[in-house]
Amino acid sequence: MKHTISVLVENHSGVLSRITGLFSRRGFNIESLAVGPTHDPEVSRITIIADGDEHTVEQIEKQLNKLIEVIKVRTLKKDECFARELMMVKLNCPAEKRSEIMTVAEMTEAKIVDVTLTTVTLEICARYNKLERFIEIVAPYGIIELVRTGTIAIQKGADTMDRKK
Amino acid sequence: MKMKACQAMVECLKAENVKVVYGYPGAAICPFYDALMDSGIRHVLVRHEANAGHEASGYARISGKPAVCIATSGPGAVNLITAIATAYADSIPIICITGQVNTDQIGSDVFQEADITGAAEPFVKHSYLVKDPNDVPRVFKEAFYIAGSGRPGPVLIDMPMDVQNAEIDFKYPKHAEIRSYKPTTKGNAFQVKRVMAELEKAEKPLICIGGGVFASKAEEEVVELAHLMNIPVITTMMGISVFSDDDPLFYGMLGTHGVRSANTAVNECDVLFLVGARVGDRAVKTPLALEQNTRILHIDIDPAEIGKNIGADLPLVGDAKDVLRQLIERAKPMEHKEWIARLDSFRTERVFETPRKGTVDPRQFIDKLSKAMPDDTVVVADVGQNQIWTATGYHFGKGGRFLTSGGMGTMGYSLPAAIGAKMAAPDRPVMAVCGDGALQMCMMELATAIQHDVKVKLVVMTNNRLGMVRELQTRGYNDREIAVFLDGSPDFIKLADAYGIKSCRVTDDKSADEAAELLKNYDGITLVEVRVDENTATL
Repeated sequence: MKHTISVLVENHSGVLSRITGLFSRRGFNIESLAVGPTHDPEVSRITIIADGDEHTVEQIEKQLNKLIEVIKVRTLKKDECFARELMMVKLNCPAEKRSEIMTVAEMTEAKIVDVTLTTVTLEICARYNKLERFIEIVAPYGIIELVRTGTIAIQKGADTMDRKK
Repeated sequence: MKMKACQAMVECLKAENVKVVYGYPGAAICPFYDALMDSGIRHVLVRHEANAGHEASGYARISGKPAVCIATSGPGAVNLITAIATAYADSIPIICITGQVNTDQIGSDVFQEADITGAAEPFVKHSYLVKDPNDVPRVFKEAFYIAGSGRPGPVLIDMPMDVQNAEIDFKYPKHAEIRSYKPTTKGNAFQVKRVMAELEKAEKPLICIGGGVFASKAEEEVVELAHLMNIPVITTMMGISVFSDDDPLFYGMLGTHGVRSANTAVNECDVLFLVGARVGDRAVKTPLALEQNTRILHIDIDPAEIGKNIGADLPLVGDAKDVLRQLIERAKPMEHKEWIARLDSFRTERVFETPRKGTVDPRQFIDKLSKAMPDDTVVVADVGQNQIWTATGYHFGKGGRFLTSGGMGTMGYSLPAAIGAKMAAPDRPVMAVCGDGALQMCMMELATAIQHDVKVKLVVMTNNRLGMVRELQTRGYNDREIAVFLDGSPDFIKLADAYGIKSCRVTDDKSADEAAELLKNYDGITLVEVRVDENTATL
């Protein structure tokens, strides 16, 4: 089962390697990991999508909490957060396919960010599942390159990392 | 006050009341060594950096405070890793200071450069690569606080040479302020109440103690609670010597290498109260079975240990000393006559074998030693058959102390750890017990002991074999014995002579008695070689 784990950490060099090291040596699987600074420049927020049963997730949380530079850890349930991921896809796109791909982009709320004589590059920001579907839809045109950021997530409503609703 | 950062490092150690450090110098740590020279802090020159870590570990375990070891950059630092991992596995607070190449050279593979913070990361509680010399006072304050508080463990401070040489304005902080590190110490009062209710309700309660009891200095509390409520007690290897073996409520060590009374107790109890014990695989082989049949109450200061190896019906995060105090306040006297009588029936007297001529039964010799040595003796067992013989065969009186590398099982731990232990408690007899395999991993430290006049006693059980591995090969690999014969070993008595230390060899009962007398009465560095029958089993 996939879990969304949100981690606030001190913005020190080396923190990310401590966290990824912990996942690998304890045998936890990371699906994706996204990191960036928060409004407080001393604090970074990491969103990790990890695979495992309840026991594994409990251990992940506890082991993360043991790292001195980890300030706060929370596993976010699906219905209590907004989760988004940015993806860019470069597709084969000869002139005769252009309008068709434009229609697909419109229907999927993807943006066209670049066009050449033979390619088109699309950008889409959505939930994990929607991105997977999008890949299925555009795959037949021929994917040349694909890049994604990993999911980031934030709690719904007034809920924050510090305080539960 | 203005000073060089390397002097500030020394001032930090003084402020932490550090009296002795263990280390090995090299170019990248020279500024710090230079500052150490006139500091009044005693420096013990080890003969291999791993032993600096083990000596600090022995010192920390007996003094109850973080101890310091030092190595230079590159190979020096990397050699420390075994000791760091050993301390991490047993939650021992040590501070490891390593030299590092200049900051502008980091990452360019210069001479003696190693990414030690990266390499040691899996085995440290925390580590620092200090790039700003002004951080030195804060980093040292935090390092000592982190190493010694909560679940103790090793902390590494990597100091580039240019950082050591930089000038700073030194002021040592009074407190470490780390917003993300606030270990829980006080047990939740509601959970304490529930634990007490379970203990009162139990018909066959059992307390299992681990190394956490030593870490939280809760020895007296656990003895008091057990006696107040008449609850039988067993121990993991790390909790040996919390209870005296004379204590009528004490049933010994559990596990694969444990004794019958302890293993019966854990299999038959209805409530198992784990105190600072993490239920390692050597202690409980099948935690699932235990979970199903027993109510598990688990105190640990590390929340991650609760539910990691065994599910707990009632978790209690907190410092064992504090939690046990709270429990004692609520405890009512109880009896568990039937249960205790039943466990007593599983106590077994050790039966010794008639050994091959020219050798002795090692278990019998350990038994003899424990009768001869004073009660307050610190016994440091190495790893292998000697560890099990000592753990289950040495009879600890009140005030005795057992040390060993329990979690990591690091060979060569005993002699250096004994040196550290002896320096922390110069008035107590300190005796290392090891095999001829382990001795040859650490015998260079005899020179350290001699140079610094550390009067340790060393018992070497020789059978010219790596006994425990050989036993595994005999039983599990159809007698196919490979790489377990120690041919080429020196004559250990001649070795002792070469070092100029007192020694004797045990080959029969008479020489065994003489050796026990020597170990008991002679106050100097001693090496006793005990020829043991190579076919003596571990158990």
